[in-house]
This record gives sequence, C-alpha cells and structure tokens, in this order.
Amino acid sequence: MANMSLKKNPMPSQDPNVRNKNFDEVALGYTEEMAIDEAKRCLNCKNPKCVNGCPVNVHIPEFISKVAEGKFDEAYGVITSTNSLPAICGRVCPQENQCEGQCIRGIKGESVGIGRLERFVADYHNAHGHQGGAPAVPERNGHKVAVVGSGPAGLTCAGDLARKGYDVTVFEALHQVGGVLVYGIPEFRLPKAIVAKEVARLEHFGVKIMTDTVVGRTITVDELMDDMGFEAVFIGSGAGLPMFMNIPGVNYKGVLSANEFLTRINLMKAYLPDSDTPLIHPKKVAVVGGGNVAMDAARCAKRLGAEVYIVYRRGMEELPARREEVEHAEEEGIIFKTLCNPVEVLADENDDVKGIRCIRMELGEPDASGRRRPIEVPGSEFDVDVDCVIMALGTSPNPLIKSTTEGLEINKKGGIVVNEDGLTSREHVYAGGDAVTGAATVILAMGAGKTAARAIDEALSKK
Amino acid sequence: MYRIVRKEALRPTVTLYEIEAPLVAKKAQPGQFIILRVDENGERIPITINDFDPEKGTVTIIVQTVGATTEKLSHLNEGDCLQDFVGPLGKATETEGKKKVCVVGGGVGCAIAYPVLKKFHDCGAEVHAVIGFKNKDLVILEDQFRAASSVLKVCTDDGSYGQKGLVTDALKELIEAGNQYDEVFAIGPMVMMKFVSKTTEPYGIPTTVSMSPIMIDGTGMCGGCRLSVGGEMKFACVDGPDFDGHKVDWDLAVKRNQMYQEFEKHKYEETCNLFKKEAQ
Repeated sequence: MANMSLKKNPMPSQDPNVRNKNFDEVALGYTEEMAIDEAKRCLNCKNPKCVNGCPVNVHIPEFISKVAEGKFDEAYGVITSTNSLPAICGRVCPQENQCEGQCIRGIKGESVGIGRLERFVADYHNAHGHQGGAPAVPERNGHKVAVVGSGPAGLTCAGDLARKGYDVTVFEALHQVGGVLVYGIPEFRLPKAIVAKEVARLEHFGVKIMTDTVVGRTITVDELMDDMGFEAVFIGSGAGLPMFMNIPGVNYKGVLSANEFLTRINLMKAYLPDSDTPLIHPKKVAVVGGGNVAMDAARCAKRLGAEVYIVYRRGMEELPARREEVEHAEEEGIIFKTLCNPVEVLADENDDVKGIRCIRMELGEPDASGRRRPIEVPGSEFDVDVDCVIMALGTSPNPLIKSTTEGLEINKKGGIVVNEDGLTSREHVYAGGDAVTGAATVILAMGAGKTAARAIDEALSKK
Repeated sequence: MYRIVRKEALRPTVTLYEIEAPLVAKKAQPGQFIILRVDENGERIPITINDFDPEKGTVTIIVQTVGATTEKLSHLNEGDCLQDFVGPLGKATETEGKKKVCVVGGGVGCAIAYPVLKKFHDCGAEVHAVIGFKNKDLVILEDQFRAASSVLKVCTDDGSYGQKGLVTDALKELIEAGNQYDEVFAIGPMVMMKFVSKTTEPYGIPTTVSMSPIMIDGTGMCGGCRLSVGGEMKFACVDGPDFDGHKVDWDLAVKRNQMYQEFEKHKYEETCNLFKKEAQ
C-alpha cells in the first residue's frame, strides 16, 4: 500500500544557527525507516516521467521500489547502472527542475524525495560496503582514452569507459581530483570525503589519474594522441575565467570572484588554521548574483562570521539557484537584496572596499531567456556598507585548450562546438560540460560525459 | 612528488633549487612560470622559471625567502620532495626579431631576467643588461649576465658594489648615450617595473614587464591575477605574465598585491617561530 502523505519526509539537518558557524554538512540524510517510508510514496508509474527528467536516465521507480523493500544494495546497483556518482548527484542535483519536477505526486502535494533517496542509497552503500565484495573489474579491451579534467563530466566519462574495459587516464590541472566538486562546492553541501570515495571507486575500475598536469600547457591534446597513443580524448576542462561587472571600482582590494573565494576555502582549506593560504575575513559582504555559486559564496562568508547580502537584479522568484540552497541560505541569516543591481564599488584612500552603490530594478517584459527583463529605476541609487564584494556572475570557457589545439572549432562565447554525440570538429576529440556550455550544472556535465563515453565506445569498438 | 636534485644557497636568503619535473622541463620556455606547493597544507605560489633541462628532466627556480611558504621551502634539502610542481604556465616571452634590447633585472627578479636575456642573445639580438640589488651581499648571477650581454651595468642602492643608484638611472644613461633599443624588458619588484616603464615612456621605447600578481590556480579559473592593462581587464596567468609596461595600471596593481599583506606577515612569523621551536 502506497504512502499517500502529501508531504515528503523532511530531511534531518543541522540547526541553522549552529551550522552557519561550521563547515560540517548541513543535511544529515534519511534514516533507513525514513527512506523506506519515503520510497513508499512512489506510485511506480507505468510510464515514469521522472526518468525522462534525469539527464543520465537513472531507473528511478526501479531503485525506489528496491528501497521500499529494504533492499538497499540492489537499489544501489540499479542507480549505478546509469549513474557513476550517486552520492554526489543526490546532494547537488537541481531535482526540482529534473526528476522531481516531473513526478506525478508533485501535482497534488510534494513530489517523491528522489534526490534524498538517491543520497540515502549511496551513503548506505558507502557506509556498509558492497555485499559480496568489491564489484568485478572488467577485462581490458586494449583501447586507450584520455580524459581532460576530473570534474563531473570527466569523471563520468572515465567511469563509463573504464567499466567497459577501456584503459582510461584522467589529466587534472589542480593538485586534487574533482574539479568544481572540490574547488567550488563547499564542504557543508558536498563533503570532500564523498568525492574522494567516488574517485576511489573509479580507480578500482582501473582509471588512472594524473594531477598537476595542465592540458594545453604541460601537454597538448595533439601530444596525447600522437605521442602517448591515446585513441580518443574527452575534454571536460570546465568553465574558465570568471566574469566581473564592468563598473567603476571592480578591481579594488576586497573585490573577488566567487571562484577565487571558494577555491581558497574549499580547495585550499584556508578557513582552517593550519592552511598557509591567505583568506580575508570580512565583516560585511555583498555577493552579486543569484545562482548556486552565489549561494555557496554567501554561506561560506556567513560561516567566516560576516553579515552577508545577496545582491540580485531580478526577484526572489527568478533566482536561478536550487530552491533548497535559497531556503538554506535564508534560514542561515543571509539577507536578500533582490531587484537591485550594483553600479559602483566604493573604496577608501587605500583602495580597500568600503561599500557598494546599487540601483533599484523593476521587472519588465520577458526577454530572450523567457525571464522578465530587469529595468533600472532612475534616481533610486543607494549605498550598502560592505568591506568585501564577491562577484558570482558566471564564467567563460577556459582559453588554454582551444588556443593550443589546432582545428578545434569554438563558438562566439568561447565554448567548444560539439555535435549530439559530443564530438568536436576534430576526429576522435570529444568535449562536454561547462567547456562546451559555459557554467551549468553538475548533472548536465555528467550527462555530457555519458553521451561522449557512449560515442567513444561506438567509434573505438569498430576499430 | 617532485624531488629536489640540487639545492644551492646563492646568498643567505636566496636559494637555487633544481627540481625533477620531466614534463615541465620538456615544455618550459623563458618567461613562463610554475606553481608549487611545499606540503599538504601549503599555499600554491607562482614562481618564474630560471632554467630548464629537457634531457635531464629538471627545472631550476631561484627563490628569495620572504614569507611562510618560501621559509618552509628553504628547510627542504636535496633528495626531499615538493608536494606539487605544475607548469609551465603563462605565455613564453617573445624574443624573436629584435636587433637590440636592454634587459633590466631587479633583485631576485634577475633569476628570471637571465633566461630571457639568454634567449634574446641566442636569437641574435645585441643585448645590454642592467641589474640592480640592495647591496653587495645580494648580487646574484653576475657572471652569467656578463657572458650573454655586450654591456652590463650592476647597480646597488647603497653603492657597496658597482654603480650606486637605481636601475632606472643606469638605464637612462644608456638611452641618453645614444643606444637605440627595440625593446626594454624588465623583471623585478612591481615598483621597479613601474619606474622602468616611466623611464622609457618619453623615449617611446616598447617596454615589456613580467607581472606576478596574486594567483591560485594559474590556469585561468580564479581571476585573482587580474590586472588593468590599457583599460581592459587581463589575467596574468593566461594573457601574460608579460604585458606592455606603458599600459599597465601600476597603482592598482601595486595596491592589489597588498591585499593579503597582514595575513602573510602573521603567517611568516608563525612559521619562523615553529622552525625555531623545532630547532631547540
């Protein structure tokens, strides 16, 4: 008998006033009882719309029915047959726009907590290990594939190919594996130990990883293929240069990109006393932008003890961040200054930031993106007293690979041009993730890695 | 891990390290830099390459002890390993097609100026050099500079060696003496590069400077190394590190580099105290 409660089982989490002072994980995860109860809310639809909403097509009703039966290990097998990084997706996917957005239960009440269940299954597996020992490593097929970048796109592509027997090497520019999962997304939202576990699993399947290797500088795509014998290359090098507003004062001391702020905190652990990496400890911070990265930066700044404002030019309804992140940020005491846009950064005689001048906005007709266009209200400027401004406005694709790979077609925005299989203008060179689309989500990058892995397998298995 | 195969104290606070890093050595060009991390808790710091040997698979850097990371580095010995050593990063210096150039190096910046000077020389240019130091005890690489340049002026701030005064004075003398340079190339403290650029500007001599702003990843991700050059935002790690010295917004660059000064000072003292305690 299905559980017909209109509400999801709530997610146990740290108290907002406690967690906004530490970097431990916010959401604590379902217990076995909660997971089974939530799983029973799934109607096991004949034509499951949720699966279509998932970029990697996780067999959702199938894994949820295993959870309902208490067969958590089997549920894990179902998920990982299409998704290499379930503990990560269960935490950072924008489920409300994907699987849960399609859930039939969401029409009258709340959708099934698919993301929470995915997380539960992955965490259960990580805590209890695999029944019957580690999964078998497939026989090598003798084909060599290089993956550039160890973020969600690269790890997914590498994982899928390794499971098919390919000899895969991942090249990572930074000293740690995980790309945006380690330098961008904070510990309190995605513990780094979880990323490390997922990476260890890929290594178990034979994936080799080379850190400290910048493709485009240390080695080029052509050298990977011509000198090192890789038959195909997947480029998942991620987003690149952060965007800044073209306003006066944007280079003052105390103005930094969200990428820089988050990298210092997440990758370099600069909030811990042992770390040699410097970090500013601002008193009042304005984070400009409304996406997940803006929420992450704001919540990190809060944890460093600052009073934090989110400055966003549209309204609360239009915030592009995951709904849960916005809710968590509000609970933690982040102040939202929506419908307002910076026009100037103010500083003292030493160039230290002392404020941000904003102008009020109102929403006009929808623009090309379908969202209502923000319009300045003349004469409505006002100053906000802050000593730090963090720009979270997105990024443009990294220039290193395109400038060192001849014949690689690039679009106007700097993204690598690919066809529906992820194939670039160069033979046997594939690409996906933010390097192609510009800043997007973890799961879309994973979807692209998966598509490319399938295409690479088709191309190489014919050889 | 990246092994130190040779360590040589050039001066009490200036040390040469030859590091095993075959992939970096294979690709390195004068003007490029690397990023290193000493240990697990280490900061990523950019250091410009002094020399490289593709056959031996080593890269040489010359480092002055100025902060926590360089202090930690100075306690490593031959045979020890660095946690990370990434590169070569940035664009190589353009050295071809020049007939006559003057290379200006300041302090430990001379370590970086040298390979650029040598490359200019190897490309067939007539090379003059001006190198400046605080005092006699800090002079480095003089013989190497002399071997690759037809005119060499060594300056010290206090006059304890060579010519007394600033590199800009010596550079101006060379220009006033009728030397027509296609390019002046300057590497050293930011203030020195600023005044070299100011010196050459009235003569209209193209001037290239090698910038070393705040940086974390060095691959075009964090945006910490941004500079204003000719009114445009540039990123030293991917657009540089070389820029037109006449176009750099120097006041901004100098101030931005002081962003973490307090932290760095504190961390340096803390690190020094730690080593002192260990020694006791």
